[in-house]
Amino acid sequence: MNDTKLELRDVGVKYVTLQGETDALSDLSLAVRDGEFVAVVGPSGCGKSTLLSLVAGLVRPTSGTVLVAGQPVTGPSRRVGYMLQEDYLFKWRDVAANVVLGLEVQGRLSAASRARALGLLDKYGLSDFKHHLPRQLSGGMRQRVALIRTLAVDPEVLLLDEPFSALDYQTRLTLQDEIWGILRRESKTTILVTHDISEAIAMADRVIVLTKRPGRVKTEYAIETGNGAAAAPLRRRRESAQFARYFDLIWKELEAHVGESGRG
Amino acid sequence: MSESPAAARSPEHAAFIRRVRRGKLAVLAAQAAILVAALALWELAADRHWIDPFLTSQPSRIWETLVRMASQGNLWLHTTVTLRETLIGFAAGLVVGFGAAVALWWSDFLSRVADPYLVILNSMPKIALGPIFYIWLGDRLSVYGMAVAISVIVTITMLYTGFREVDPNLIKLLRTFGATRAQVLRKAVIPASLPTLISSLKVNIGLTLVGVIVGEFISSKAGLGYLIIYGGQVFRLDMVMTAVFILILISAALYLLVSALESSVLRWRG
Repeated sequence: MNDTKLELRDVGVKYVTLQGETDALSDLSLAVRDGEFVAVVGPSGCGKSTLLSLVAGLVRPTSGTVLVAGQPVTGPSRRVGYMLQEDYLFKWRDVAANVVLGLEVQGRLSAASRARALGLLDKYGLSDFKHHLPRQLSGGMRQRVALIRTLAVDPEVLLLDEPFSALDYQTRLTLQDEIWGILRRESKTTILVTHDISEAIAMADRVIVLTKRPGRVKTEYAIETGNGAAAAPLRRRRESAQFARYFDLIWKELEAHVGESGRG
Repeated sequence: MSESPAAARSPEHAAFIRRVRRGKLAVLAAQAAILVAALALWELAADRHWIDPFLTSQPSRIWETLVRMASQGNLWLHTTVTLRETLIGFAAGLVVGFGAAVALWWSDFLSRVADPYLVILNSMPKIALGPIFYIWLGDRLSVYGMAVAISVIVTITMLYTGFREVDPNLIKLLRTFGATRAQVLRKAVIPASLPTLISSLKVNIGLTLVGVIVGEFISSKAGLGYLIIYGGQVFRLDMVMTAVFILILISAALYLLVSALESSVLRWRG
């Protein structure tokens, strides 16, 4: 397959401190196709977030290579957008100014790029809130603004680091659906890191289970929802008979780890 | 600063608004009453010679002195000298302190090297440096030296602490966009530290005034500090009290100025 968008080859990451060193990841290999949505689950501390930092160019691998669109990652790149656990909107900027932050930093803020970013706000139902301050928005809206801020720089690969974990349950389900739809329409390649097995199954085309630290790929599941083309997360949850089966499989996979490592 | 209250929605709401307003009014009235009572008691006690007005002065004499000195023109001179020294010292302390705080934030090595020096300089009584500034800088500039010395270390410490307390995730976010260190400083660290900057301004007004007055005590030929020392030496308490009264007005005015700045700059805090 030649449409690989993102590839990690035998990647290892060591964190060193005065006390010693920790292997966060070792011999991890993973390839993600263009437009694919991959979810990564694993026991706490298995290096899931390190994986995202690697792809984002915030952390260098100790060994191995990380390739985005065939190019080795040497630092933060325009090809990659990173959405953090919380929205981290700048509270002194209104929504419109927050959304163009990335363009500003990359020196690409022009009338056209601003119009495009604000267009995304319109497209995803936030046009009335352009001049609101972050504190005037609900948690779900703030996270949508954060997504649009990431999309505004038009990355090819999107990294989502538990982006729904700070939201209440209802909002989380709705937003999963919405963001899944947005990413699909904008045809982004996505890696979602999450603790939430059902979220992984509901959103992803493929779920990767990592081992406990040092993390490497243990198992992966191609999610076939049985509805033909990939179904939206909420529909998968409600309709797919396979949903419970996947949940059970991945749950057991992770439970084994919890038993082994003696922690959650 | 507080938002203007909305129109009452119901009789209960109206009653609530009335109660809040009455509470505010009561506080204001009590504050004014204390001031008026203190002044009246002072005036009365001096009139009746319960206290010696030669030593304590009295409000009416202060007022007379104020009017007399104002008409002779030298009150204005002394006030503007002190005000100018304060504003320049304040600005210089801010610029130097801000620059140093940025340098410390920029270089972890520098901040670790500087740390013990800052701790010691911060706890040292800067007023003790007065005579040294006088000899080094001369009678004009030593006032500024004093004003900056007394405020700059606090400014550095407050701002640097504020810079370091900026949420690291805001910085991480900028780094994911490929931000340089200068961009991180400009787009996240400084704006996020504006509340700290404003608090340091508030602290510095008082400190700079202390520095200026002490500087004037030591070396100057004009200014309210000079007036106070001179008045004390020739035993004219009216003059001393008048100068103190004007100092109170200056510090109140500067504080209000910073508060106005605060509410216009920090509207996003809500």
